[in-house]
Amino acid sequence: MGELNIENHARYILSVEKKKDSFESVVMEHLRLNGAYWGLTTLDIMGKLDAVDQDEVVSWVMQCQDESGGFGGNIGHDPHILYTLSAIQVLALFDKIDVLETEKVSNYIAGLQNEDGSFSGDMWGEVDTRFSYISLCSLALLHRLDKINVEAAVKYIVSCKNLDGGFGCTPGAESHAGQIFCCVGALAITGALHHIDKDLLGWWLCERQVITGGLNGRPEKLPDVCYSWWVLSSLIMIDRVHWIDKKKLVQFILDCQDKENGGISDRPDDAVDVFHTYFGVAGLSLLEYPGLKPIDPAYALPVDVVNRIFLRR
Amino acid sequence: MHGRPRKPPTQEEQDASALKADKLRHLQSQNLHFHHNKIFTKEGLEISAKLLEVNPEHYTGWNYRKLAVQHFTDKKSENAAESESIQSILDEELRVVETALRANLKSYGAWHHRKWVLSKGHSSVDRELRLLGKFQKLDARNFHAWNYRRFVTALKKIPDEEELQYTTNMISDNFSNYSAWHNRSLLLSNLLEKGVKEYSEKGSVLREEYEFVVQALFTDPDDQSGWFYHLWLLEQTAILEPFLLSSWPSHSSKLYISANDYSSDQRSSPISHCFSKTREFPFILCFSEPMVGVSSSTVSIECDYLTCSELTWTPLSANGSGFAQAWLTYLKFTDATHTLEACPVKVAVAHFQGIINMSGTSCSQSSHLFFTVHIPSHDQNQAEEQTTDRISWKEENFCMYAAESHDADLLHSLCKLEMIRQKSKDVGWSMKVIADEIDRCRELLSLTECKIGKLTLARLLMANYSLVSVSCSHDRNDVHYEEILSLYDDLMKIDPSHICYYEDERSLVLLKQMTSSSGSFLKNIHHYRESTSSSLNLYSCLRLNSLSLSRIGSIEQLLWVQMLDLSHNKIRSTEGLEALQLLSCLNLSHNKICSFTALETLRLLKSLKVLGISYNEIGAHSIDTRRYLFSSPLNHALGSDWSGDIESLDHWDAFFIFKGLDLIQLDIMGNAAVNDRLKASLVKLMPALKWLDGESCN
Repeated sequence: MGELNIENHARYILSVEKKKDSFESVVMEHLRLNGAYWGLTTLDIMGKLDAVDQDEVVSWVMQCQDESGGFGGNIGHDPHILYTLSAIQVLALFDKIDVLETEKVSNYIAGLQNEDGSFSGDMWGEVDTRFSYISLCSLALLHRLDKINVEAAVKYIVSCKNLDGGFGCTPGAESHAGQIFCCVGALAITGALHHIDKDLLGWWLCERQVITGGLNGRPEKLPDVCYSWWVLSSLIMIDRVHWIDKKKLVQFILDCQDKENGGISDRPDDAVDVFHTYFGVAGLSLLEYPGLKPIDPAYALPVDVVNRIFLRR
Repeated sequence: MHGRPRKPPTQEEQDASALKADKLRHLQSQNLHFHHNKIFTKEGLEISAKLLEVNPEHYTGWNYRKLAVQHFTDKKSENAAESESIQSILDEELRVVETALRANLKSYGAWHHRKWVLSKGHSSVDRELRLLGKFQKLDARNFHAWNYRRFVTALKKIPDEEELQYTTNMISDNFSNYSAWHNRSLLLSNLLEKGVKEYSEKGSVLREEYEFVVQALFTDPDDQSGWFYHLWLLEQTAILEPFLLSSWPSHSSKLYISANDYSSDQRSSPISHCFSKTREFPFILCFSEPMVGVSSSTVSIECDYLTCSELTWTPLSANGSGFAQAWLTYLKFTDATHTLEACPVKVAVAHFQGIINMSGTSCSQSSHLFFTVHIPSHDQNQAEEQTTDRISWKEENFCMYAAESHDADLLHSLCKLEMIRQKSKDVGWSMKVIADEIDRCRELLSLTECKIGKLTLARLLMANYSLVSVSCSHDRNDVHYEEILSLYDDLMKIDPSHICYYEDERSLVLLKQMTSSSGSFLKNIHHYRESTSSSLNLYSCLRLNSLSLSRIGSIEQLLWVQMLDLSHNKIRSTEGLEALQLLSCLNLSHNKICSFTALETLRLLKSLKVLGISYNEIGAHSIDTRRYLFSSPLNHALGSDWSGDIESLDHWDAFFIFKGLDLIQLDIMGNAAVNDRLKASLVKLMPALKWLDGESCN
């Protein structure tokens, strides 16, 4: 009930950054770079990005880079495309993409594209449409889409389109809101949204809203705040967001806040974490909640950051 | 990260957590040490196994194991006697994966490691399927397991029929298994495509599937899983090959051309088309879905007085895909032509293969149509002044269409807007199946109020009507749209969260109803005349205002429209209007246009001169839902087109819309984005603009 407690959430995020000793923190050490993206983007949307030491963050991010050009989830961890995007996104927030050797990073990413247009996550060859989105998003932000075969990348994504209008990890995989976001985002970035049956997918997505107002990720599953991002941004990119009850969703997200300690959880009264705090706040931004900067649904960065990168030359 | 209860930890819990954290940190740093120094020993493998058991998401741990396996198997590959050791090494990997999966059945790293081991040619089908059976009993919806299952069955070439039986078992166990239904639809699609044995008869296969799913629907009508499968079955049943819907000029219509205008009824819009300069008129084809390949090779046009060879066809679509439902070309009169009396123009569409939809299916049925062109001799040299009167959409300027003798041609052409009839398609079995499903749906709804059931009934009824209109076997005025409209009205009440979805669907049905016969059309065609004007000219305007329309549809019936009033509705974008190439006056005031990007398709309307978009919501929203459906540098659909001389980044999209338009009149007030600066830049962008928000421009 009630309002978004921005101060609390900002404090929570900053505290997570400091608390490196809890079991929760250690078990997620390998994806700290993702965590940085989630925390910092949330702070930016709430207008609190200046609470962090920009130089410290940038320097730590760069230490996560491997000699291959890719980034690991933390210092000393193997490079993977998942963390490479987070690195680029964090630098974008601070308008510091220029500290990167663009050629080196783009080559790392381009080297992961396969013959059929798909992308592997790293040298070990796992293929997933998440990696297609990540590659296209990364290279677009670096203005280096010319390094890959975009047509083949699009063709592969389209081959993952299912009979219910949604998308899965690989051809034939069941539709899942997270994968749908990745595929819709990738097609949005490459100007290829005409491949999507917007009415069919839009209906599948709007049916994710359950009676409590929250969104689930696939039929007959429990609602979860993180789907407020994946389902919502997908709906926005295909202009079908009016098919859900936005007010009810806002209420659901607000109910997932920890009013005392800050942070947002997956469901009301569950433990909070940075992941769900980001998706809750980002979802509220997409729902035009007052006091938040608008976020871009395709690049998952604040609109002013995206406009700065693409509309100024 | 998911599903943990929120409660502050006790001191005991905190201490235990700190201890666990210490142990894990130690394991992780040890593992990294072995990994960075490339130390591949039994100890290293034991440490990584312990680590991955506690934290299977620590991906560098899996990478270490892969490198270790490569290290050991490379050393031993020459020695055949050591193959048992390789086997035991890989066995150990499978054991570690299984342990990790028990800790976290959703670990991408663990599943991928197993696939990686399997790619080395190890493990038996039985073993993998048994493992999957166990895991799928624990969580029947785990998509990793289903993906892995598809991976194994493909690798080991297990026949689709066997897997189909597995889904039957899963579903019979528990109807609420969307993952199993999904796999089922996949397998059946493959089997139907191959069309071997009992799968060659699509109709009977689908009938059996309907029987199967209906059990689920009647058992638990509120579970969505079966309903989505039912929707897929309906699509398979009602699917049609792409075909030609309509054209303008329409089949067997008469086209009158004067110095300033071309129309079907000798009067149409207060803004004239400058025929006398170009001596050409548009010809539009509208298909049932977006197509590619419309060209002079696939469409032939014959007329003695027109230059018909090597025509350029343009897809009417704002996205750069090359696919469009409506296609446009211009037919030009030969220089010698001055007067024409009933000159026939013959058109053959798809007489050669080449017009293809997005799935690669071609428009196989060819259509033949003709129309006649009339150029009265006395009009030839008179070039009427273009009107400079401001168009006012006030109610008092409109009056109902009175049926008079010279309206016969308009009525005639409206009737002929209906589909170009073709050979009756074999839709008999589809219609029978759909009729049965309609009965079953009604039966279910008599037992229980079920939202998705109602929606399915509405879809079944619409599918039925689509097939009816194609089969030519029924009188099309038999269609009962009222029932479908009332189903949507019900749905809006019982499922208010999705009210806008039902509104959109309802709008499409309403438009179908309104454009289904000349009678219903005429109710919405009004005469327009400026009340203060002394001119006797009456123009025809299609008025679809105040109908709660949230979406534009049935555009194949609207290709003739020159003046269109869509005000006081809930329309969100101009998508669909790009086909209306004759449109010169458009009123979209008092709608739900939330951004300039929503107007993108107007850029394709070269005839548009008068536009009203006042009292919408442009500038009132921080989130633009049309942003990625609009060609811009954000989606790499604009290359060098992007110019740096946009004054500010506020409303850069307005710049792109209006620089492509050549308006005489624009009404834009009542939108948050409108201020003096914006108005000034619009006046600069459109030199022909005479009226802006009711004021004269100079």
